[in-house]
Amino acid sequence: MRILVAMSGGVDSSVVAARLQAEGHEVIGATLQLYDSRGAAKKGACCAGQDIRDARAVADRLGFPHYVIDAERRFQDSVIERFADAYAAGETPVPCVACNQGVKFTDLLGLAKEIGADAMATGHYVRRVEGPQGVELHRPVDSARDQSWFLFATTREQLEFLRFPLGDMPDKAAVRDDAEKFGLVVAGKPDSQDLCFVSDGSYVDLVERMHPEMAGPGEIVDSAGQVVGHHEGVMRFTVGQSKRLGNAARLNGERQMVVGVEPGRRRVIIGPREHSFVSSLSVRDVNWLVDAPPEGLSCHVQMRAREVPRPARIVPTADGALVHLTEPAMPAPGQACVFYDGTRILGGGFIRREANASAA
Amino acid sequence: MMSHTHNRDAQNRVVYLDANATEPLRPQAREALIEAATLTGNPSSVHKAGRLARAVLETARDDVAQMFDVAPLNCIFTSGGTEANVLAMHGLSHGHRFLVGATEHDAVRKGVPEGTPCQILPVKMDGQLDLDALEQALAQDETPAFVCVMLANNETGVLHPMTDISATCRKYGAHLHIDAVQAAGRMAFSVATTGANSLAISGHKIGGPKGAGALLLAGPAPARVSPLFEGGGQEQGRRGGTQPLPAIAGLSAALKAAMETPRDLSTLRNKLEQAAVSAGAVVCGGAAPRLGNTSSLALPGRQAQGQLMRLDLANICVSAGSACSSGKVAFSHVLQAMGLEDLAGQAIRVSLPWNVEEADIDKFIQAYAGMAQSASPVLGL
Repeated sequence: MRILVAMSGGVDSSVVAARLQAEGHEVIGATLQLYDSRGAAKKGACCAGQDIRDARAVADRLGFPHYVIDAERRFQDSVIERFADAYAAGETPVPCVACNQGVKFTDLLGLAKEIGADAMATGHYVRRVEGPQGVELHRPVDSARDQSWFLFATTREQLEFLRFPLGDMPDKAAVRDDAEKFGLVVAGKPDSQDLCFVSDGSYVDLVERMHPEMAGPGEIVDSAGQVVGHHEGVMRFTVGQSKRLGNAARLNGERQMVVGVEPGRRRVIIGPREHSFVSSLSVRDVNWLVDAPPEGLSCHVQMRAREVPRPARIVPTADGALVHLTEPAMPAPGQACVFYDGTRILGGGFIRREANASAA
Repeated sequence: MMSHTHNRDAQNRVVYLDANATEPLRPQAREALIEAATLTGNPSSVHKAGRLARAVLETARDDVAQMFDVAPLNCIFTSGGTEANVLAMHGLSHGHRFLVGATEHDAVRKGVPEGTPCQILPVKMDGQLDLDALEQALAQDETPAFVCVMLANNETGVLHPMTDISATCRKYGAHLHIDAVQAAGRMAFSVATTGANSLAISGHKIGGPKGAGALLLAGPAPARVSPLFEGGGQEQGRRGGTQPLPAIAGLSAALKAAMETPRDLSTLRNKLEQAAVSAGAVVCGGAAPRLGNTSSLALPGRQAQGQLMRLDLANICVSAGSACSSGKVAFSHVLQAMGLEDLAGQAIRVSLPWNVEEADIDKFIQAYAGMAQSASPVLGL
């Protein structure tokens, strides 16, 4: 097969390329340039200047063609601006989902088809399984590196075309061993972490630059609007968190948490932890990886990148789905709510803001 | 068996149609390059080894100067086209304001000294400089103008109406600097016939080695040019640094070969272009007079990046205008300036080198037609 491999310049996607080539496939490497590497690109994150050099060095060593794809404008429009806008709307966005869905699995995948590739492979830790009813998306063997939550929005059509060779790897050490075996210069390279497009973890600066109205200190209020404290910036708060509340962390003997963020007024709204949980929530932009069940279905849901899935019942609606939690929780608007059946992803959507309050 | 092997070789052969990026080394240039590389001396040294090196350098200078009809001491060797352009723009522009053509190469567009006023001169739809706009820009301000216009465009091959441009510049006492990097060796001209005050050329675009270019100056020699860096005062104090003798000897030999045996590539280019047009392509700048080796082919609705990769995977080397150092395909400011925004990300540049063969053209035509006919997903990139 002719396979386009999305190469970040890191160990994972390099090993993917090397393995596929060793299996006899015609490998074509592509690295997305998502932002100007001369800018404040973050060290240890994907696609800075050194990462493109590394991806090239791997391709040259293995002897397959490699291309750098300019996706700067698309990335700015479809990921960075939407990321900042979501914060400005009081949500906690997941930019990696937007990037996977737009720049990677729409644009790059389209380019792969354009050049006559039969498939596109990435270094994501997730398993693609050919099931009796078509392709399925599963958690990887190595649960420590599970990226399935970030890939819930992958459509079935995209999944048909995609390959994730690392889904079966037992652990990262095995991937590094492979890199050594193939003689790849990136074998010892540190893993990328956090958001690739911000330097020094300072996505706060980036968002505040794009939405100056959010910058600066503000008030912490209770659900009645009473000022109970002050904060240094709304960007540091996500619904459900209890940290950074200072003296307001405990009021009237009750532990408090963030129940809402109003970026325009720079207000953080808190409420007692015990009484603020919701038992149902609404999700939008739902992607089903099974035929949408008209009657609904029971499964587990995961509402943050790292958390234990909890039992729930999903009921599809005209514009998304309602999620009824068996035990109340505090979902953060803008985050993904992904539906799992064991290791398999059934679907998922983005948590709506409005429903949190109304469903209480 | 033999013919089978032969067929496969023919299929795997790389077809190089990216002359405007760089040309294959001419055998004469290779010979001169190697000969000069065996010389030990520094041309500035007074001893015998130095004299031998100096003789090679000055012979090259005489030859290049003669080919462009300037005084030998008005041929300043540089590291290439970019430096020759920037040296002129910095070293000759004191007290001037800049007028820069909209389709100039980045070497020139980004070569304007910081803090110096600069106005961009528009081009017409066909890619040629708008003469009325030039005249207007020259007339509206008494500060002397430093006008930068290229002889032939690197993406489209479009030739600017240089006779009219230089006459207009003379009328207003403006300095005319011509970037002739793509034109040198591919069409007949001299500094005098273009009317340039200064003119930049590059060795590797004409089959010479990379690493040498020249700034050629009209008028009596040695013309004064403030150096970008003084160093040891080489090139009459106008360009410091030991001259790269092999690259300079190769440049001179390549130019000589190009001028002594000129080859009109327009017949092959036109054949290729006609086939591309029947496959659905639009020729950008096709209405203007052009260099014979260059064609800018837009395939509406098809991203240049994909076209480039597809052709590359078929062993055909073309480009999509200027590529930046990372290798990503940049958006074409040339086509944008021509009012072809919609096609700017969809055009590839095919440029034929001095040694192109008809079989190369045929192979390109076959691959291009196949690409044009294939399904075309809509891409966001």
